[in-house]
Amino acid sequence: MAESAEHRPVPNAVYLAVWAGLIGLTGLTLAVSYIDLAGVGFQTALLIATVKASLVLLYFMHLRYEPRLYFTMVLIVLVTYAVFIILTFSDYAFR
Amino acid sequence: MTSTLEPAGAAEAGAAGAAEHEHYDPAASKLGMWLFLFTEALLFGTMFIVYAVYLHQHAIGFRAAARDVNKLLGGANTAILLTSSLTMALAIAAMIRGNRRACVQLLAVTLILAACFLGVKGYEWGHKFAHGIYPKSASMLLRPAGEQVFFGLYFTMTGLHALHVLAGGGAILWAIRHIRLGRIAPDRPTVLANVGLYWHLVDLVWIFLFPLFYLI
Repeated sequence: MAESAEHRPVPNAVYLAVWAGLIGLTGLTLAVSYIDLAGVGFQTALLIATVKASLVLLYFMHLRYEPRLYFTMVLIVLVTYAVFIILTFSDYAFR
Repeated sequence: MTSTLEPAGAAEAGAAGAAEHEHYDPAASKLGMWLFLFTEALLFGTMFIVYAVYLHQHAIGFRAAARDVNKLLGGANTAILLTSSLTMALAIAAMIRGNRRACVQLLAVTLILAACFLGVKGYEWGHKFAHGIYPKSASMLLRPAGEQVFFGLYFTMTGLHALHVLAGGGAILWAIRHIRLGRIAPDRPTVLANVGLYWHLVDLVWIFLFPLFYLI
């Protein structure tokens, strides 16, 4: 089962569409950076970056096509990282 | 446990009896690569937290310092790296389809794009050095603390990322050599796929470095 997943190539059209999306989002985030978004400009840029990172993970890194195990592992890493952030800012935010 | 290992062993023996002593376990290889990538992600992740804490403390200084960073060059480099991720993904797909020639050509394009990325990065750094923008320069020491911290983080994080681009480029060269030697082949593309995963992670890190230093 793992073998067949390994040898099933994703159609080039999918990669090209993902790439076009990534370039489009890069253009969008640059364009938005010239507009004054009343304090949420940086948050918007990070949101767009998160969408781009998800596209890279799901399609270029094949996470979408992998067994559930890989999804679970990525989730564990993200939760661990969220704990680091929460612990750090529960300290710094209240100094 | 044994049931998942058996098919791989059987396929290996069936594919090449002569190479029966050679260890080839694509599932474990890929799993190990992902675990390694998690350590890399958390290495940069920790630096992102350092950045977030200093941004929290020096929001005004960070925004003032970011005016000395050229966001169009950063955007161009983002596009270059994203395109190199595309050519890497296409190279792996070409190998799986049995087209070694297209695979090597696409890997060569990936390497050229990596060199372009480092070239732009080098130009940016050189431009900053020429204007006295580097840690502890005479003019830097006159700037507010927040701006000094911003550029300290800028050089540390983009520098560490550039080292990863270099390492990724080395891995791609190594993969091309293994394709020539026949160790990476259409029926055993895992090593190339792992090099690809590393390359995409380098791209992934840059996707976040771009807003942190260029779009703030």
